[in-house]
Amino acid sequence: MCRKGSSFYPLSMIEARGLTKRYGDKLAVDDLTFTVRPGIVTGFLGPNGAGKSTTMRMILGLDEPSKGTVTVDGRRYADLPAPLHEVGALLEARAIHTGRTARNHLLALAATTGIGRRRVEEVIQLVGLTDVAGKRAGGFSLGMGQRLGIASALLGDPGTLILDEPVNGLDPEGILWIRNLLKALAAEGRTIFVSSHLMSEMALTASHLVVIGRGRLIADVGVDELTAMTSRDLVKVRTSAADRLSTLLAGAGVTVTRQGGEGLEVSGMDSAAIGLVAAQAGIPLIELTPQQASLEEAFMEITRDAQEFSTHPNVDQLVGAQGGTR
Amino acid sequence: MTTTMAPAVGHSTERVTQGRVVTSEWIKLRSLRSTLFSLLAAVVCTVGFGILISALRANDFKQHGFIPGPNFDAAVISLRGIYLAQLAVGVLGVLMITGEYSTGMIRATLAAVPRRLPVLWAKAAVFAVTVFVIMGIASLLAFVSGQAMLHSAGVGVGLGSPGAARAVLGGALYLTTVGLLGVGLGFLIRNTAGAIATLFGLLLVLPALAAALPTSLYNDIYKYLPMPAGTQALTTVHDPAFLGPWAGIGVFCVYAVIAIAAGAVMLRRHDA
Repeated sequence: MCRKGSSFYPLSMIEARGLTKRYGDKLAVDDLTFTVRPGIVTGFLGPNGAGKSTTMRMILGLDEPSKGTVTVDGRRYADLPAPLHEVGALLEARAIHTGRTARNHLLALAATTGIGRRRVEEVIQLVGLTDVAGKRAGGFSLGMGQRLGIASALLGDPGTLILDEPVNGLDPEGILWIRNLLKALAAEGRTIFVSSHLMSEMALTASHLVVIGRGRLIADVGVDELTAMTSRDLVKVRTSAADRLSTLLAGAGVTVTRQGGEGLEVSGMDSAAIGLVAAQAGIPLIELTPQQASLEEAFMEITRDAQEFSTHPNVDQLVGAQGGTR
Repeated sequence: MTTTMAPAVGHSTERVTQGRVVTSEWIKLRSLRSTLFSLLAAVVCTVGFGILISALRANDFKQHGFIPGPNFDAAVISLRGIYLAQLAVGVLGVLMITGEYSTGMIRATLAAVPRRLPVLWAKAAVFAVTVFVIMGIASLLAFVSGQAMLHSAGVGVGLGSPGAARAVLGGALYLTTVGLLGVGLGFLIRNTAGAIATLFGLLLVLPALAAALPTSLYNDIYKYLPMPAGTQALTTVHDPAFLGPWAGIGVFCVYAVIAIAAGAVMLRRHDA
């Protein structure tokens, strides 16, 4: 059966409400509230140690929240009657017994919910492990281990997938494979929640982002929105006739700043318009560069003060500033 | 992407049931080489040492013209290998649990069975039945072949002699309970070295420590310790300093039940 469109998983949502996890006197996750929606890939982004894995373990009922709740399809994970059919998970540290073959690992998990051998062979083929399915998982490379983890996540054909750092340690081919797989699964209407500490990776897969730092929510925004929000919208211009050009450009909504003898920084006007003005006035340009912030820079900017070992915590301010964009 | 599967999500036919978790745990137990090696070692110890000890004793009796007194227990001689086999069975019980914690497999297991306790019951049941059947056969083999040795010295007994069949059964019961104690400690401690040290500390070291107690206290306590109590099931002649065979194995089972109950609380209450 081919699944297209979102009609198959109408209510597959992950909803965290005031989710908090305390280890001793350390708050690993602090009052997180967010919703992961179906039909798109949602990236779960944050520096190492931000609390991503802890949050994912709480979604799966492996760790008990100190406060707050998290539900899948409106139910606590522990209350799902057939969890593998509703939520598939790939956990960061490989959750595979090293002494068991890939096939037996999958057969054992499948048996808990009555999934048969046929489906096990299917997912083995789907993730490209057919040749090594009879080999013990202890000898697997990181990439093969990740593929086996994804195979277990797909066993029950779940409407929700939770993947903790799926591209970690993968070769370029494997990364591309996961990217396309996630997009395809989302296009089928599933809810996909993927964590990463790499913004560049998320920029290529996710269309929505939940960004956390030191356990707290920093942003819950669309990827486009985030770029726009943090983009500096500047054009860098260099010309020998800097004075003349700046006079020509200055006007309503346009700010021109001098940067040394030949340099200008223009905001409020895009590079095409600047180029046209210069050409009409016969001004030769040495450089004309749009300065759009990359997602990576955007991420660095919003998480700068929420790095685990940052010396000047400033998270409250960021949450205050970014929280309103949701 | 195309995925083939029955479309129903959370359908009643896909529910996690205790029976399905048992099937899963059975697949897990038989798909590890450590299971095969541990059980093989336990069988070899039980039967091999049973025969060896019986042969040595039979030779000794023949040379010195032994006449068995009322306290002579032929059955326990042939079942002596069980004392060694308990190491292998105990380690297997512990590893069945701690192997999942050390590899991270436990998180996949508990994500599949989020109510958690069905996993413990299934592991205990699958382990108990497997060990009981295999070690029951080993115990019988050890008895029959050991008694054949002793018979050559004129002191062997048959399965029909008083308490003999019970002692053979007792051997299987004792080993199964040792393993279940290991399963309980595995869930409680989650760490292989710690759980194995605790298990054999309870079985082997505790009696040695008890020997340091004043005599009156020692006499009151010793018979209730796990191994002195449990191994009474292997005997056919009752020593009044110890509990009877059924009472002994009963007390031993209480230790295993306590360990499993503590393991269950740990599994239910603590983060995986």
